Amino acid sequence: MTMLKIDNLHATVGGVSGPRPILKGLSLTVNAGEIHAIMGPNGAGKSTLAYVLGGRPGYEVTGGSVHFSPLPREGDQSIDLLALAPHERAAAGLFLGFQYPVEIPGVSFVQFLRESLNSQRKARGEAPLSGGEFLKLAREQAALLRFDMEMLKRPVNMGFSGGEKKRAEMVQMGILDPTFAVLDETDSGLDIDALRVVGDGINAIMRQKAGGPNKGVLLITHYQRLLDYVRPDFVHILSDGRIVKTGGPELALQLEAEGYEAVAA
Amino acid sequence: MTALALPTRRDEDFRYADLAALAPLWPVAVEAIDVAAGESGALTIVASADAPVRSLAITLGAGARFDLRILNAGLAYGRIGLTVTLGEAADFALGAAQLGRGSETLEIVSTVHHAAPNATSRQVIRSVLAGAATGTYLGKVAVARGADGTDAGQSVRAMLLDRTATANAKPELEIYADDVKCAHGCAVGELDANALFYMASRGIAPAEAKRLMLQAFIAEAFVGAADEAALTEAALARLGELV
Repeated sequence: MTMLKIDNLHATVGGVSGPRPILKGLSLTVNAGEIHAIMGPNGAGKSTLAYVLGGRPGYEVTGGSVHFSPLPREGDQSIDLLALAPHERAAAGLFLGFQYPVEIPGVSFVQFLRESLNSQRKARGEAPLSGGEFLKLAREQAALLRFDMEMLKRPVNMGFSGGEKKRAEMVQMGILDPTFAVLDETDSGLDIDALRVVGDGINAIMRQKAGGPNKGVLLITHYQRLLDYVRPDFVHILSDGRIVKTGGPELALQLEAEGYEAVAA
Repeated sequence: MTALALPTRRDEDFRYADLAALAPLWPVAVEAIDVAAGESGALTIVASADAPVRSLAITLGAGARFDLRILNAGLAYGRIGLTVTLGEAADFALGAAQLGRGSETLEIVSTVHHAAPNATSRQVIRSVLAGAATGTYLGKVAVARGADGTDAGQSVRAMLLDRTATANAKPELEIYADDVKCAHGCAVGELDANALFYMASRGIAPAEAKRLMLQAFIAEAFVGAADEAALTEAALARLGELV
């Protein structure tokens, strides 16, 4: 069952000297239950892919399509992801993990996340969670990531270390419980122990639970190490805006040993 | 006071005023508030069409305290003029939010006289301006000769929701004493686009995301007020109409 189908995607990024083409015909299909890793050198377009999927302003799709089937059903129920506003994509089940999570002064994490979850639930026609229900859920998910609940009472990401921000991203993912996650260098800035906790978190949240729906993950990373904890079904090499090579987990090991130039050539 | 001619733009305190709206209301009666030595008082002004232009003269005796909160919003022209005179070791606090849209003109013009030693004053002004609204804060802190030990602060920030909105801010210090602590900060900005996208990526619709950020932005103006909850609620309702 296809969950995300990216077909011949072209995108530009706006800049002072006009839009620059970054994605140049990227195609990729993720089936329900699969974890795909995307690796590639700096400037290949990895973050651009994440932002285009999330709908960030300034990133313009100039060609191609992205279809998303958040809840696998009978028949073709896929939606045109690119036609949705960013908040509608989230409500449809997409989660974007940021490489650089944003600080929001004066808005507490608890308030931010409850607002996020209830906005999504409202868009899906579900009843909002009460304050008590939400706090219970937040406590459970924070515990899963060994994240201090007290920190969720602070303003969003304010004064957090790089590693704490990344861990907080995973707590958010746990609370929002998406069906598809695009994680942009979630492993950068993490020490070895935190990497393991985050890897375990991704597995716990995004691997199919008993009786739960199949999920999908696009894991954007520079390094092989996270893949020791979150074993991908496929590894893709992104170079100059296109997927140039696809393989299994062994491809990541080969990259680590030989470098992008040798492997992608 | 009542025989004064209508001010002109050359009058610094009325430089950004809506003089056409002011004319039928002129002259504005001065409301005098006196707080006796050692006493304390508080006042909340929520701008209303009944009295869109007000002028207050607040005098604090030795050791007296006064806490003034202002929500200046929802008027085509809303102006609050303040002249505050502080006795020895008196304490004055002002927290104000000005929330404008359309072609509204909202202004707070204050002069705080530190007339005697060891008085303190704190002013927090937050303006949120949409459309072609104008928000102005002109605030002078005047420290008299001999008013040593003065501690005065002005924090002035404005958020422009549209490029067509205008914020004027002029925190001003006039100091004739030697041993004083006077701080003023002023910033005019726009909502952080990165934060707005971050919130959208979590499922929060744009208007709600803006409202959350603006709520945080103005919070400092009302924090600690006796009627903080009611003021915040009134401000939020207005913010909902701005975004």
